[in-house]
Amino acid sequence: MLKLIKDFNKKDWLIIFASLILIVFQVWLDLKLPDYMSNITVLVQSEGSQMSEILTEGGYMILCAAGSLAAAMMVGYLTSFISATFSRKLRKQLFEKVQGFSMEEIKKFSTSSLITRTTNDITNIQMFIAMGLQMLIKAPITAVWAVFKILNKSWQWSAVTGAAALVLIMMIVILMVMVMPRFKIVQKLIDKINGLTRENLTGIRVVRAFNADEYQEEKFDVQNEKLTKTQMFNQRMMALMSPVMYLIMNLLSLSIYFIGAYLIDAASLNDKITLFGNMVVFSSYAMQVIMSFLMLAVIFIMYPRANVSAQRVIEVLDTKDSILDGTFNKPTKKTGEIEFKNVSFKYPDADEYVLENISFKAKKGDTIAIIGSTGSGKSTIVNLLMRFYDVTDGEILIDGVNIKDYKLDYLHNKLGYVPQKAVMFSGTVNYNVSYGDNGKEKSDKLIKEAVRVAQAKEFVDKMPNTYESDIAQGGTNISGGQKQRLSIARAIAKNPEIYVFDDSFSALDYKTDYVLRKELKKYTKDATSVIVAQRIGTIINADKIIVLDSGKAVGIGTHKELLKNCEVYKEIAYSQLSKEELENE
Amino acid sequence: MNNTKTRPRNMGPGPNRGSAEKPKDLKKAVKSMIRYLDKYLPMIIVALVLAALSSVLSIIGPNYLSDLTDVITDGILTGINFDKVKSIAAFLLTIYLFSASFNYIQNFIMVTVSNNFAKDLRDKISTKINKLPLKYFDHHSYGDILSRVTDDVDMINQSMHQSLGTLVAAIALFIGSIIMMFVTNWILAITAIVSSLIGFSFMFLILGKSQKYFDQRQVELGDLNGHIEEIYSAHNVVKAYNGNKDASDTFDKLNKNLFTCDRKSQFLSGLMQPIMNFIGNFGYVCVCVVGAILTTKGVISFGVIVAFIIYVRLFTSPLSQIAQGMTSLQSTAAASERVFEFLEEDEMEDESNLTKKLNPSKVKGNIEFKHVKFGYNPDKIIIKDFNCKVKPGEKIAIVGPTGAGKTTMVNLLMKFYNITDGDIKIDGVSVKDLTRENIHDLFIMVLQDTWLFNGTIRDNIKYNKEKVKDEEIMQALKTVGVDHFVKSLPGVLNYEITDNESVSAGQKQLLTIARGMIKNAPFLILDEATSSVDTRTEELVQKAMDKLTEGRTSFIIAHRLSTIKNADLILVMNEGNIIEQGNHEELMRQNGFYAELYNSQFRK
Repeated sequence: MLKLIKDFNKKDWLIIFASLILIVFQVWLDLKLPDYMSNITVLVQSEGSQMSEILTEGGYMILCAAGSLAAAMMVGYLTSFISATFSRKLRKQLFEKVQGFSMEEIKKFSTSSLITRTTNDITNIQMFIAMGLQMLIKAPITAVWAVFKILNKSWQWSAVTGAAALVLIMMIVILMVMVMPRFKIVQKLIDKINGLTRENLTGIRVVRAFNADEYQEEKFDVQNEKLTKTQMFNQRMMALMSPVMYLIMNLLSLSIYFIGAYLIDAASLNDKITLFGNMVVFSSYAMQVIMSFLMLAVIFIMYPRANVSAQRVIEVLDTKDSILDGTFNKPTKKTGEIEFKNVSFKYPDADEYVLENISFKAKKGDTIAIIGSTGSGKSTIVNLLMRFYDVTDGEILIDGVNIKDYKLDYLHNKLGYVPQKAVMFSGTVNYNVSYGDNGKEKSDKLIKEAVRVAQAKEFVDKMPNTYESDIAQGGTNISGGQKQRLSIARAIAKNPEIYVFDDSFSALDYKTDYVLRKELKKYTKDATSVIVAQRIGTIINADKIIVLDSGKAVGIGTHKELLKNCEVYKEIAYSQLSKEELENE
Repeated sequence: MNNTKTRPRNMGPGPNRGSAEKPKDLKKAVKSMIRYLDKYLPMIIVALVLAALSSVLSIIGPNYLSDLTDVITDGILTGINFDKVKSIAAFLLTIYLFSASFNYIQNFIMVTVSNNFAKDLRDKISTKINKLPLKYFDHHSYGDILSRVTDDVDMINQSMHQSLGTLVAAIALFIGSIIMMFVTNWILAITAIVSSLIGFSFMFLILGKSQKYFDQRQVELGDLNGHIEEIYSAHNVVKAYNGNKDASDTFDKLNKNLFTCDRKSQFLSGLMQPIMNFIGNFGYVCVCVVGAILTTKGVISFGVIVAFIIYVRLFTSPLSQIAQGMTSLQSTAAASERVFEFLEEDEMEDESNLTKKLNPSKVKGNIEFKHVKFGYNPDKIIIKDFNCKVKPGEKIAIVGPTGAGKTTMVNLLMKFYNITDGDIKIDGVSVKDLTRENIHDLFIMVLQDTWLFNGTIRDNIKYNKEKVKDEEIMQALKTVGVDHFVKSLPGVLNYEITDNESVSAGQKQLLTIARGMIKNAPFLILDEATSSVDTRTEELVQKAMDKLTEGRTSFIIAHRLSTIKNADLILVMNEGNIIEQGNHEELMRQNGFYAELYNSQFRK
């Protein structure tokens, strides 16, 4: 938490300092109030005091109150400014940091965790700063000052006040100790309830097919029962808080008056009236003391949660980027060339290589296909080529230049990437297809052409506003196959030197797959393509097929060559096609 | 599951709870709320009476405190009457204790009621899910239903015990203190009320304004979070397309909007407390000045002023509580409206009048479609007139491009949806005369998206079937060829399947097939996996699937050519309708849609 506050700049500290002075001023006024109160009381009490005197004192008191209000308003303005600025800056910092992350860091934190860190965690910290900052300054000042003011009045009253504060704090501590761990349990149970409901919903067809509704409900009931019990316990405990608090406060005033009666009775005649005034004032100071202790307690309750959030944010900010940007951004002589030179890759903390010693070369216009079972390292080749990860050994050259030397955006402009799972942004069809910045304006004609080649024209034309139709976040308003086609159109519209398809065709049916590839080939005659695929049909015509098995290239060649000399390839081929179909080739 | 797991909940005190949602129809929401609360109403009434009593007691308090002061003032010169002081103090003590215990008992009852009520609601929702027709789920998102189970029910629980009691107590306090003030002294009463009202009108003005910013803040926050979610989950594509700048620009814009609302709403809401204090002080001075005039004239005693000082405080504090309670009740009404709306959705039709029953072990496996017509929407019939006869043990392959409506066949066979016209007969009995439960017992269904839940392998395989021996489970696992894998897991059958990746997609597929084997029924619906399984596992899956079809009348949503070619009957679907049927050779000869579909895969 402190670490984040260190990032405050001079202006912030100036504002905090100004707030501090204003708060001191406010506390001074707040504590001045009871003095006037007592003066008024004494005036009302004593015979023969003038009305004008009461009015003057009353006027001063209102002035004090108004001054305190004004100071509070200014402090409120300043702290709201600080906390909002702080969260804005922190959010931006975090967002930029995550943008710069490579796949490795993203994987380490997981996307959903990064999202909560950027949203909920920062809101938590902001809330603490907004409320805590003011209280943190005000509460101790008020407490100390008020204690100072009442100490010399009467030790009996002070003792009672001290006891009351102690009891209150003890109650809060005990409650927190008992309830806090159960809050976490409640959270877990709520997640379980959520999980069970989600399970029932996602498997609704299976649940029904097995007539298992009662089975599911029973599982739910067990957790529901547990949740209700724990939550009830918590809330019953917390319900103690307010009645006990009021009781203590009421008893405190009563005790002050009760003790006061004895003190007054015992005092000399001259002191009696003063003592009486003191009594009224004291009960008001005592409330201030109690309130500031309460405020402190609230801060201590809030702090752990805010601190956890702060740690989570700091953890992200402190992560070192694993991929460093290069500097090369000049045009190259050759275009569309890829070369893998003895490339090996393993995850940073892993012992085993995901890819071992992969070497191949692609000329401009070539189609390179990569096939193999799941976990064989197909997608890793793509991830390395895109520089989502860096190679562990060996090097990858594009157009004769090591990809580590390229400026990242320059490298990415050469590549047209289509991921396995199509990604859609909220925006229009146009926005989605023309997405990204590669230094070239994308004309409407180009976009339409890309959509046509990607076999998406038919359904885009049918959409309510054709190219200006809205796509919902995550593309939830179009089908999986449609998303994939738009995602392919996005790569085409970019007009890259090299296309990279990471298993992008399996969401399409055979027919669309076939037509799309044919059109694409026609449209991009001189572009190089790298295709990761599951279906033999998709890659049958590739110039070079790389067969992967547990991270090693067990065969490189054309379909026909591989059928003759690569066992793994044959196995894959026979599982998908019948013998005669293969022989017809 | 991941996006709900990490969401923190607001458990501490905080002003920024967000804005109150308004219910669409408050009257209706309250009415149905009362109807659902039915059995708790007596307890709630007791609690509310206690809340009011506790308030009344805290109003009587100041009167006695004022008596106490009077006793002291009276005795300043002559000596204080300590018997009186003691008796008043004792009485006050009793009142305070009673007030506190009433308050706690009230809270206790409300907590009990609201938690039990929340439990009932969750139970009802969970049961309801299994009573709704599938149509409902095809049109509503899971997230929506999930948020009703957790967020909305939570909201109802929280605000019921926090707001309802407080609200009643506050109103009682408010009205009570006004009455007491007027009873004690009407001039001072008017002074106190007028002086506070000036402050309050100011406060409500601010409250209204800050509400607007809170609403706006909520919207901005939602937009920003949406953007963050979108960019983070599309990280790769953003990078590969150099979309960073675009993303940052949008982020900056949204972040700035949020900042503005944030600052304003926080500033305005932070003003509440200071203004409340000011109102209190202002009222104090007014009461003192007017009180002083009255005392000097001998109209009232000094004790009355002391009492009034406390009345001013009592009178002003419930107002903000009432305002808060109202908004919170409003959100409760909105939340309960959503919950009740869900609970009152139309359920699947009642089938208790159907008495015919087919015994799964005696069914032969004939199925006949007679002039079947069907549309998800009655105005839009997609299956127009489908006829076919299937004999026991035959294999029917359903093929067609993506989105052709292949799952429609599953929906009809399983009676997830009712056919619009025509009839489907199982062993000569119309499905209209059979209960859904009975039909489900006749079918094994293995779908492409493997559904396994968090639980042991044993639970996942035997599922809801009782009295399944471990040997039977192991046998089924062996038949599908996944026994070696399961044996390699720690705990074997007791191994807990969770979200982690230790069980691969292919293995999950095999486990669901094993679940189907344990069930054992005369019909089979099978959705072949298209991809994402490696070659060797795929072979296992295929073998397992073939075993499953043995001796069963099988409907297979087919992707594999060998399945299609070996099928007794191929149903070719496009745009929802069955457009061709026949076996492979017949369909190739027709040279229609099927032939085109078939050729597209292997043509150069």
